[in-house]
Parts: sequence; structure tokens; C-alpha cells
Amino acid sequence: MAEREQRRKPAPVEREPAEQASPAATERSEEIKAELDDLLNEIDEVLESNAEDFVKSYIQKGGQ
Amino acid sequence: MSIPKTIGIETEYGIVHRCSGDPNPIAASSVLINAYLRDAGYRSEGGSDTVHWDFTDETPGLDARGCASTASMPPDVETHLVNAVLTNGARYYVDHAHPEISTPECADARSAVLYDRAAELIAQRSMAAAKAILPPDQEIVLYKNNSDGKGNSYGCHENYLVDRATPFGRIVSGCTSHFTTRQIFTGAGKVGSEAPGQSTDEVPYQLTQRADFFEEEVGLETTLKRPIINTRDEPHADARKYRRLHVIVGDSNPSQVSTFLKVGTTALVLALIEDDAFGREFLFAAPVAAIRAVSHDPTLSTPLELVNGKTATALEIQWELHGQCRKYVETNGSDNLGGTVATEVLDRWESVLAGLEVDPMSLASQLDWVAKYRLIEGYRERHGLDWGNPRLRALDIQYHDMRPERSLAARVGLETIVDDSQAVTAMSEPPVDTRAYFRGRCLQQFSAAVVAANWDSLVFDVGSDALRRVPMMEPLRGTEAHVGSLFEDCDSATELLRRLGS
Repeated sequence: MAEREQRRKPAPVEREPAEQASPAATERSEEIKAELDDLLNEIDEVLESNAEDFVKSYIQKGGQ
Repeated sequence: MSIPKTIGIETEYGIVHRCSGDPNPIAASSVLINAYLRDAGYRSEGGSDTVHWDFTDETPGLDARGCASTASMPPDVETHLVNAVLTNGARYYVDHAHPEISTPECADARSAVLYDRAAELIAQRSMAAAKAILPPDQEIVLYKNNSDGKGNSYGCHENYLVDRATPFGRIVSGCTSHFTTRQIFTGAGKVGSEAPGQSTDEVPYQLTQRADFFEEEVGLETTLKRPIINTRDEPHADARKYRRLHVIVGDSNPSQVSTFLKVGTTALVLALIEDDAFGREFLFAAPVAAIRAVSHDPTLSTPLELVNGKTATALEIQWELHGQCRKYVETNGSDNLGGTVATEVLDRWESVLAGLEVDPMSLASQLDWVAKYRLIEGYRERHGLDWGNPRLRALDIQYHDMRPERSLAARVGLETIVDDSQAVTAMSEPPVDTRAYFRGRCLQQFSAAVVAANWDSLVFDVGSDALRRVPMMEPLRGTEAHVGSLFEDCDSATELLRRLGS
């Protein structure tokens, strides 16, 4: 088994450790989840009507 | 000491001409760009007074390794197609079978994001202008992505000014470690795989659009056998002093945070390479395999084999690169890296790596691959779909749809780095702190006298004598600070040229 090059990220003296989830962050993630639900509710109206044909016909010439 | 990192981004947009019967992407691209030029006032009805690109000095076949490989052909330069210079200093043209917008030269990562956003707004106005002149059932639609999911890829290239004195080998080793691992925040996300012999079952979702298309470590190609490090040696500046590193390995990013980090971190890494300040290098045993392995693993846990027999993950390597760049800026300052912008890049880089370590989904409002994954996975769960379902591929493509009412990227709540009000201004106003200022201002004020333009020169016809070429071999000369007063003082191109010549 190959030795691990670097087991841990740099020590905290070099950077602050990741912030713990604060109440504000939890609130934000609830908000984001609600937003995703809203988005999923409306997505069928926005989505190309015949997904299979759309995906098939999406053909590009190669570029750079 | 490292040199200032002038930055530019070239984006080839995917293009669909809806309901056209016999779609021709080259013709559609020309229609689109011409519609924009007319709509934005660059040319009068039926007239052709747009300033055209000048190819005299273009040499895309020169190789940074100092040799010309017979197996490696330079791309053809298509001079017969629409090719315009905009008043913001950008270039807007048909490249291969795609419309492409190259931003003007930018002095830092924030400015690059601003002009990349301005390019998106130009693309949107182009679509609207084309729709107005096409038959009522037809529409030209652009996609800011890099693959059609069928093995055809088109690029988003970055350009960085690099000191000619830096040995190219050092650029290769330093950049390979960054380009292979930065995908964890630059990826735009993709459903399935286009790598030869791989199915969607094996790779249902990956971080990037482009990784499947890289087959070599180093080379001149951009369309076949693409290399991780592209060796095109065409500085568009004083070749004795500068290189332009032409980076072809990145994705087009709808997310401004991804774009900001993509160019900001790369500029920092290049400064360290120029100053030979890397304390520690990561050399991969198999770079091409590594770039795909990183892209194919949304858990970010794949160990990458190094030449010294050890392994490291992409996240571990990014932490190390970040730590070294932070130390470099603390020691050397950041005057050549956009000043406070470099600190913003370092802070954002750190918070994003910390987020990726704890829970990548916490970055759904910042990174494209996470935002897209969360959307598609949410849809997949809700409808009980397999990863191979075409509706998921449709969502993937539509994430990049440039029509504001259809774009899914515009609906997922992505954070922005620049205000759209600034970006609207940047559609027509050049950056003030690079030579793009001189190019853009000449086009705003004296376009009738400018017969051709390119990155490093402008050609004037002022009637009386021979055409006059004004060379611009220094990317940071011709700024507002240098020549701003000339544009206030001069009433004509003749006067401008006289003042420049004296």
C-alpha cells in the first residue's frame, strides 16, 4: 500500500479551520432546500418539451 | 520577481438554430454576430463599416518547446468569416463552427470575471437581435458549455502573460499539478462520460465537461489529441520578454465564483512558478489518467499516484498549493496579482476548499458542478429516474442555455462576483488598466479611420499617406493613465497619430 503523501491539510496556524455549522448556516441550508423544491416544481415548464429529441438533436461540431 | 499577470478568456459557445430545416452552425454563427453588430450600432443597414481583425501577426503554429512537430498541425485561421473588434476591446468572431468571444486583456481576476459576464450579455443581446430578423418560428440559441455529450467538444481557453525567462519545463510541471486538481472547483459538471469505452453506468456524473477529451500531457493541438499543457507560443506581445500561456484544459463556467477561482488561482500559481517559489512539487505518475480520475470522482477521495510512489488526493494537493500561494503573497505582496483581488482569491479559495472537505453540497450556490449535481440529483430522486434518462442530459444542457428565461444556471441561486450594471457598461467600455483601453477608445472615437485591429496593433488609414500601424507590444501600456488625456485632446485620428508619434 502506497504511503500517503499528505495525511492532513496544513496545520491551523496556516489557515483557519472550517467553520462549524452555525444556526445562521443551518437556516441558510433550509432556505436553499426550499428553493430547490420550488425550482423542481417549476422545472417541467422550463424544460425542453421532448427531452429525448432535444438531447438527440443537440449535436455540435468539435471546436478548439 | 514575477511579472503582472494579464488575463484573457476565450469562450466558444455551443449553437443551435431551431426550426431552420437545414442547420448550418457556421452560417448561424455569422447571422448571430452580424445581428449583434447591427443592433449595437457597429454597422449601418446594408453597410459594412465594422473594424475587422488583422491576421498579419498571427502565428498559432509556433511551439513553446522551440520545435515544430510534423505530427502537430496548427489550426487553420478562417479569415473569410465574420471577425469583429468591439469597443470594449474584445474580439467577436466565428471560430470553426461556433461563435467565440475573447475578452479584452484584463489586469486581474475580478476584471476577467466582469468581461466574461459582459460577453454573456453580448451573447444574449445577439440571440435577441437574431430572433428579430429571422422568420418567426426560428431562433438561434447559445449554450455556454463545452460538449454535446456525443464526443464533440469546444473550448473555453484562458490566457496568462508569463515571463519569457521562465523555463517552459517548470511551467509544465507546476501547471500540471494545478490543472489536474483545480477541477474540484472549476468543473462545470457533466452527466455521463465521453471517455472512450466508458459508459454512464460507470460514470453517472463527473466534475468537468472537458476532462474526457485530454489525451496528452504536453502538445500544440487544441482540437485533436488535446494536451493538458498547450504549447502554442504566440505571445501577442514582445516575444523577447513574454510568453502567453494558452490554457485549454478548463470548462466554460456560468458560475462567476468558479471563473474567479479558475483564473485567480492560476495567476497565483504562475507567479510562484516564475519566482521558482514552490517549496514542494506534485508530479503525477500518469497525468492524463489523473485528470480523468479527479473529474470522475464527485467524492473527491481518489488517491492520485505520484512519481515518488506516494499518493495524494486533489483536495490535498489544492490545500498545499493554496498554502504556498498564501505564504508567497504574505512574503512578496500582491502588486503584480491585482493587489487586494489576490487576497480575495486566496480567501475564497480557502473557504471553498474547506467547504469541499466538509460537504461539497454546501457550495451549491458557488460552484457549477455542485449546483448542477444538486439540481439533477433532486430531479432524479423526485421522478425516480436512472442516470441514463435523457431528461437528465436535457437538464445538463439546459443548465448552460444562454436564454435568460430558459437558463437553469440562472435559477439555481448562484452567487455573483460583479454587478450586472457594471457588466452592461463593460459590454462597450474597455478596461482602463491594460492596452485594451487604447484599442477600445480608438474604436469608440475614431472607428472610421481604423482599418484593422488585433491584439498587438492597430492599423489606421487617415487618407493622406500610407496606412499607419501602431504597435502595442506591451500589454500594460496604452492604459487610461497613459493615454486617457489624448482621447480628450484629439479631435481626429490624424491628431492622435501625430501626438503618439511625437
